[in-house]
Amino acid sequence: MAINWYKYASPASFYTLAGKMVPFFAIIAIGLLIAGLYIGFFVAPSDFQQGEAYRIIFIHVPAAWMSMFLYVVMAFWAGIGLAFNTRLSSMMATAIAPTGALFTFLALWTGSLWGKPMWGTWWVWDARLTSELILLFLYIGFMSLQAAIDDPRRADKAGAIIALVGVINIPIIYFSVQWWNTLHQGASVSVTQAPTMAATMLTGMMVMVFASWMYSIAVILKRVRVIILERESHTTWVAELREKGAL
Amino acid sequence: MFQGTNLACVRGDRKLFESISFKLEAGCLMQVNGPNGSGKTSLLRILCGLSSPGMGIISWNDVAIGTLGNEYFRELTYIGHLSGTKDDLTALENLRISSALAGQKISDKQAQDALAYMGLRGRESLPAKVLSQGQRRRVALARLLVCKTKLWILDEPLAALDVGAVKLMQALLEQHLKQGGMVIMTTHQDIDVTAASTIQLQLA
Amino acid sequence: MFFWIVQRDLLLAVRRRSDVLTTLFFFIIVVSLFPLSVGPEMNMLRTMAPGVVWVAALLASMLSLGRLFASDYLDGTLEQMLLSPQSLPILVLGKALAHWMVSGVPLVMMAPVLGIQYDLPLDALFVLTFSLLLGTPVLSLIGAIGAGLTLGLRGSGVLVSLLVLPLYIPVLIFGAGAVEANMAGIAFDAHLSLLGAFLLVSIVFAPWAAAASLRVSME
Repeated sequence: MAINWYKYASPASFYTLAGKMVPFFAIIAIGLLIAGLYIGFFVAPSDFQQGEAYRIIFIHVPAAWMSMFLYVVMAFWAGIGLAFNTRLSSMMATAIAPTGALFTFLALWTGSLWGKPMWGTWWVWDARLTSELILLFLYIGFMSLQAAIDDPRRADKAGAIIALVGVINIPIIYFSVQWWNTLHQGASVSVTQAPTMAATMLTGMMVMVFASWMYSIAVILKRVRVIILERESHTTWVAELREKGAL
Repeated sequence: MFQGTNLACVRGDRKLFESISFKLEAGCLMQVNGPNGSGKTSLLRILCGLSSPGMGIISWNDVAIGTLGNEYFRELTYIGHLSGTKDDLTALENLRISSALAGQKISDKQAQDALAYMGLRGRESLPAKVLSQGQRRRVALARLLVCKTKLWILDEPLAALDVGAVKLMQALLEQHLKQGGMVIMTTHQDIDVTAASTIQLQLA
Repeated sequence: MFFWIVQRDLLLAVRRRSDVLTTLFFFIIVVSLFPLSVGPEMNMLRTMAPGVVWVAALLASMLSLGRLFASDYLDGTLEQMLLSPQSLPILVLGKALAHWMVSGVPLVMMAPVLGIQYDLPLDALFVLTFSLLLGTPVLSLIGAIGAGLTLGLRGSGVLVSLLVLPLYIPVLIFGAGAVEANMAGIAFDAHLSLLGAFLLVSIVFAPWAAAASLRVSME
């Protein structure tokens, strides 16, 4: 049976579909999160070099990966929205941004928590932390631009342009920061070498990565639903939902 | 031939207009009427290609204007609410530069003649900021004299003009229509332009 | 067409000389504030100089972005530019060039004087000026994208800085880095080549993105 994919490209039908998907992903996310944290904090052995402090990587690494990955996904959807004028793709991009920014912030926060016992300071101008900080700036720029524009169509398109410009610039920024970091090697400590990981550590981390994935999908779908309702509030299908008491 | 089919425009939650269709032949005038806020300016901006319609197709000689791109802009002169005159430039510089922007380089002499026709003789080298509203409007409208485009889209061209200038405009429009041009305009003033055929488009 | 637009914008700048001077004086004042805030210790100032001058140049160039499209937007000229049968990216490139000549070039010419305040050696002064000469046009070009996107928005001045400053970072790193490398006695030509590469890439891509952002903002 051929599935009519285009059907789900319309906000109205995607709203219902997403509504069914959210609990599914949310439950998986919670399950994986509990499993991952259990492995991370109770099963995995302590590291011979870093003691217990290394356990922050169970949150830090997934957060850092998600933060970068979500920016690319956001730019992808925004670009699709700009090129094909599909409203739903642009709404996806708008919905992804806060989650991406949250993970970026988490990565920075946990990074600095880890830095205190390891480096003795809360903040080190290490290449990865600095790139992560700039990524946070890019997310904030995208969100502020969209928030400042009243007309949703213009907000979608303007956001798409800045997201695409950002995604082209991310590798350039990343390599600039790397170069800058090696040039000023004396000032900073290079400790980004991953500790040699025991198999359980890796398992715990991968479980946490999947948990973050599922969490992101659940939250983003939930947010898309809210955005759809907000944008389509004047349409008949929303009015029907309201009459049925489904809102 | 300039044609719009089933045009609609949505601003925010509000539908400004829908299912607007028209067909404009050479020598035709279309007057767009309607109260304030009925979407006259939005319609004109859509017809120019500045913004895209919520629905519908606009075509120039049976080709959609989106695919024509710059080819379409070559046939078009748009004069909006904001006349695009620079305060710090003189009337002459304003006219020459705006014409050059539109792809029509003109000499000093041509520009001076156009300004003189619009009743600005002797004010060519004054900066636009010392001119009155009506005089600035005349500077903007002087572009119509030197441009060689077919389709004129004019948003309230008569605003701030005195009786004499309205007469000048009327003559100018009639001449353009007689030469096979097309005019789409909005106005709240009475103007009697004779054309091969006149379409009245009413926006609610 | 390209020259018409450059000529027009330069003519407008000449008629409004005060705008040009305010950007320049902003640059001078910011650079002069640093010794007052960290103390006049010459060794420290010398190490800080490249970074301070470059950050001040970034801020000055960003502040002047408001002038790039805003007045054309307000008086309707921008509408006419969008309806011009000429290529819009070329037109944007012309405007960015004029913007650079008005706001970037004075900074470049002023930089050696400010470098002397910080006791930079002669060859470092030369590298600083040259790096600014290569880097400031990139700032105008990238800035054009931000200026286009924030056109007519409330608080667009602050917003444009949020959008544009993170994108300026590579230019800052290699611009200031070239001078630091020179002062440390390391080869600095790679930094300058990279700045040159940024310039070429932004000449090719930024006008397109800025033109697209203008079309979006004018809808």
